[in-house]
Amino acid sequence: MTAGGPAAEPAVRTRGLTKRFRSGQVAVDHIDLVVPRGAVYGFLGPNGSGKTTTIRMLLGLVSPTAGSVELLGSSMPGGGPVVLPRVGALVEGPAFHPYLSARANLERLDAVDATASPQSRPGRIDAALERVGLTAAAAKKYRQYSLGMKQRLGLAAALLRPRDLLLLDEPTNGLDPQGTREVRALVRELADGGATVLVSSHLLSEIEQVCSHVGIMSRGELLAQGTRAEIAETGTTEVRVMTRPDQRAHVARVLTGLGLEDVRVDGEVVAAPLGGTAVEKVAQAVVGDGVDLLGLEVRRPTLEDVFVRLTGEGFDVDR
Amino acid sequence: MSIVDTPVPVAPAAPARATARLLRSELRLVFGRVRNLVLLAGLAAVPLLIGTVLFVTQSTPVAGQGPPFLDRVTGNGVFLVFAALVSCLPFLLPLCVAIVSGDAIAGEASTGTLRYLLVVPVPRTRLLLAKAVAALAFAGAAVVAIAVVGLAAGAAYFGVGDVVLLSGDTIPLAAGMLRTLGVVGYVIASLTGLVAVGLFLSTLTEVPVAAMASTVVVAIVSGVLDALPQLSAIHPGLLTHHWLDFGEFLRLEVDASTLLAGLAVQGAWVAIFGALAWSRFTTADVSS
Ligand SMILES: Nc1ncnc2c1ncn2[C@@H]1O[C@H](COP(=O)(O)OP(=O)(O)OP(=O)(O)O)[C@@H](O)[C@H]1O
Ligand SMILES: [Mg+2]
Repeated sequence: MTAGGPAAEPAVRTRGLTKRFRSGQVAVDHIDLVVPRGAVYGFLGPNGSGKTTTIRMLLGLVSPTAGSVELLGSSMPGGGPVVLPRVGALVEGPAFHPYLSARANLERLDAVDATASPQSRPGRIDAALERVGLTAAAAKKYRQYSLGMKQRLGLAAALLRPRDLLLLDEPTNGLDPQGTREVRALVRELADGGATVLVSSHLLSEIEQVCSHVGIMSRGELLAQGTRAEIAETGTTEVRVMTRPDQRAHVARVLTGLGLEDVRVDGEVVAAPLGGTAVEKVAQAVVGDGVDLLGLEVRRPTLEDVFVRLTGEGFDVDR
Repeated sequence: MSIVDTPVPVAPAAPARATARLLRSELRLVFGRVRNLVLLAGLAAVPLLIGTVLFVTQSTPVAGQGPPFLDRVTGNGVFLVFAALVSCLPFLLPLCVAIVSGDAIAGEASTGTLRYLLVVPVPRTRLLLAKAVAALAFAGAAVVAIAVVGLAAGAAYFGVGDVVLLSGDTIPLAAGMLRTLGVVGYVIASLTGLVAVGLFLSTLTEVPVAAMASTVVVAIVSGVLDALPQLSAIHPGLLTHHWLDFGEFLRLEVDASTLLAGLAVQGAWVAIFGALAWSRFTTADVSS
């Protein structure tokens, strides 16, 4: 709280962070994560790409084989006692005592927090339960909770106190569409309140809309990271030309003549990466060559294109 | 927008306060669990069972037959406490210690709650200490439950009076009660080594039943080794060797050195396994 200026220190920074498990597997491989203050950072990657292991290392649960971690300016795990009270976390799904009620579970978590005030506890617990929509089910035993209710309770635990940083590992796992939407709204609300949020997911579509920044993991490596726009720009902008079926080959020849590469017929359109070519030149050339131009579209790269290109489309877990 | 403008107030409670809160929470967890309460009730039922059998059959066991002290119960109900403790020490009390201490860390690991305790954050050393104290408190509660129920049942069935010591001397009931307290304290202290062993085993696994079972096995194997005369050289250092020395309290002149020897052995087991548990738990990856 002393450090100069919010821009000075990222909320999360790792340098060469690596985890090799005793099995010999390198789950996280020299990643340099930078989550700026105030960002909503989408931490994306297929199953088994190392997201949870990274989050465990950020929190000091797993010790890195190499590299360092800084959370809110303090180095971990040494700074844990000071910095972790300001961090809310959901790691690999919620976990509570099954035979205690939701409220009793939250009470326990708050009671063991040396920095939480016992006086404000009931109020904060009520507020947290309210925020995730569990007020009506607060007295139920955790064992009787449904998957989505458990997930909500995990979020409530992370929100027991005001936080500067939230590390949410797959927060939408098991939630219904309504719940997923609520989580997105919650993330937005937290960010608006000044918190930094890191949200991991293997489903891009679930969090894409709320992210200001994105990091893409695959096989333990951080393949790309930056603002959404920066990441999207690493994709390719395409021009797509619509014409009559009999003229498609003709259009393809024109595009190739303009110097465009990788020209292909994609369903009803002829598409090609635009490269440095201006789109009006394409339009002129096509029309000038006597083609009946039915439509012309410039498609900017989406995050999803980049994600799929970087992580592959395969369904199988890589290792 | 700036985090610097809206700091989360972090005012750590004094470590002693925080530890007390943690401990209270642990105690509530251990003593609030139905399984543990059933265990406690089961142990407390042992003196009741013994007393009832003796009362109903109206037979005074012959001295030297059955467990020590059994033959004196019908004469003075106080002895039901000692007879019950002797009956519980070989298996039931170790089982009780094993269930709670083996569950301490492994139970939290298996439910996944361990990772959330650590990110609260609860310092690992403090958590381990609180778990150890809570487990010991439960073992203590079990011993106290046996003593209290033993005394009550003994008084109800056979009445209590001046205590005839092993030496044949008689001391007033009040003095006898004081010695009973000593016995209870010594038996609780005798269980500390096993608590440490259980706690250590609990840091090794995410399967609580495995930690519990191996802790019971340690106690039983110790008893088996203690019965082999060929191993008499190592007997004094065995975890269970001095457990029945509480009889020392029932001599006219209590021999402190015998009792201290027993306590020293427990201290050594606590030191060794406490250190092992600590070094393991403070460095292990929590990947459950
Ligand atoms: N304790 C462990 N011991 C050995 N290997 C492990 C351990 N934990 C994780 N791994 C391995 O490390 C790799 C990364 O796992 P991790 O849980 O970090 O992936 P993830 O990105 O969170 O995946 P998901 O999207 O499925 O949650 C996996 O291949 C996994 O098998
Ligand atoms: Mg994961």
